[in-house]
Amino acid sequence: MKRFQWEKRILKPAVFALALAPLLGLLWKAYAGTFSANPIKDVTEETGIWTLRFLLITLAVTPLRSITRWSPAGTFRRMLGLFAFFYGFLHFTTYVYLDQFFAFDEILRDIAKRPFITVGFAAFVLMIPLALTSPNRVVRWIGGKRWKALHRTVYVVALGGVIHYLWLVKADTSRPLLYGTALVILLLFRLWTFLKSRRFSVKAAAGLNANA
Amino acid sequence: MLLRRGGNLKSSEITPELLYVNRRQFIRSASFAGLGLAYEFLLPEFLSSQDRWPRGRKGPFDTDEDPNSYKDITTYNNFYEFGVDKSDPAENSAAFRPKPWTVRVEGEVKKPATYNLEDLVKPYRLEDRIYRMRCVEGWSMVIPWRGFPLADLIRKVEPTSRAKFVAFETLFRPEEMPGQKRSVLQWPYVEGLRMDEALNPLTLLAVGLYGKDLANQNGAPMRLVVPWKYGFKGIKSIVKIRFVQSQPPTTWNISAPEEYGFYSNVNPEVDHPRWSQKSERRIGEFFRRKTLMFNGYADQVASMYSGMDLKRNF
Repeated sequence: MKRFQWEKRILKPAVFALALAPLLGLLWKAYAGTFSANPIKDVTEETGIWTLRFLLITLAVTPLRSITRWSPAGTFRRMLGLFAFFYGFLHFTTYVYLDQFFAFDEILRDIAKRPFITVGFAAFVLMIPLALTSPNRVVRWIGGKRWKALHRTVYVVALGGVIHYLWLVKADTSRPLLYGTALVILLLFRLWTFLKSRRFSVKAAAGLNANA
Repeated sequence: MLLRRGGNLKSSEITPELLYVNRRQFIRSASFAGLGLAYEFLLPEFLSSQDRWPRGRKGPFDTDEDPNSYKDITTYNNFYEFGVDKSDPAENSAAFRPKPWTVRVEGEVKKPATYNLEDLVKPYRLEDRIYRMRCVEGWSMVIPWRGFPLADLIRKVEPTSRAKFVAFETLFRPEEMPGQKRSVLQWPYVEGLRMDEALNPLTLLAVGLYGKDLANQNGAPMRLVVPWKYGFKGIKSIVKIRFVQSQPPTTWNISAPEEYGFYSNVNPEVDHPRWSQKSERRIGEFFRRKTLMFNGYADQVASMYSGMDLKRNF
């Protein structure tokens, strides 16, 4: 008999519901009228910060899995990544619709002239192929190796997200730098595992040579 | 020239917050009662209970646009001394004590002195003025201030002929202004105006808002209001006014000299290096509106800058 997969049956739906909480929070604020005096800015900031948070949470899954050796962690990674895209999409839509009201000439000028918008827009565009290639069928069709290579783009996306945040604040850079530090730690972990595996394979190769 | 030129601007009555909110109901009940009462008649009594300052007369430069609500004005603003988020000033300023308060007037002036705030304000008739306020971040409000022209104070303290600029300083009291415990900006906050800007009849020292004392989060007990400049020029909780010979340093200019100039006049043609200044969101409105040159006060102030390159002197 198959083991009851509580991670998949219970934990995953729970995480899914939890990941919707920021959106529900915004809807609640709209309903209860507890936004600040500038609701459009509230929505922009909230969806933006949750995009960055979900990117970092997604990037934390692999290190967490290898540290805790809890293999089911991997089953959450794709879902969390898709939530990053979801909030990024809401963030972008808020800007285009609520903030600029489809003033495409202004939007294009912003993208061309405002470095923080250029970077944020690029990061959003780079997320689109990652979201589109997430269904299993597409993964099989592309092939695991190429899929993996493509999805390394997420490092660039997260970096873009941090820079976007850093370049838009007026004076207090502490929060963007906090997110930046978290990202650097997550990337260093990957560098470390990469170097470790290479040294291991070099050693192994050297061992083979000695035997020969 | 210090003539009051109010004729080309429409003015509207200042109305207490409660009446703004309940205006329709008020009008209905008043007409039901068959009373032809103009509500000015009711005002002084209504206000006397909550006022530390006597009610002002109507100012000459009022905009006829609808003021933002008292709640919006007091819960959404920048005052980094209480934190960097726009909800912080309202949330973190309860412990701030704007009374007793003294203001030091010094520098190139014939009558330097340290004033109790009450003594400083007493000689002047307070005016209610409904001004537009444009934040450098791209949002704006309409605010009914109460105060007196800075020019009146300047004339009284008699600056010498060497005084070319006026420098202002905010209180530094980190135990009551928790934002000052972090060096996000250089404390104390300092600002400045050229003498002609300081003497312009639009320039106001505000002590009230919506007919009440200035709330802590809005710069109690006294702040500067310069409606044709970006909001950060309106230095809050002033403790020092110094008359000086050369252009004084200003806080945001020290923080980011390429982004915030000494003048910081509202100008839709000169973008902030990182974002456009062509349009703004009026708090309470959905669509962005076009930003006006000098925030719509060009008639009163443009002549002060004729011949100046406003792109260089941003």
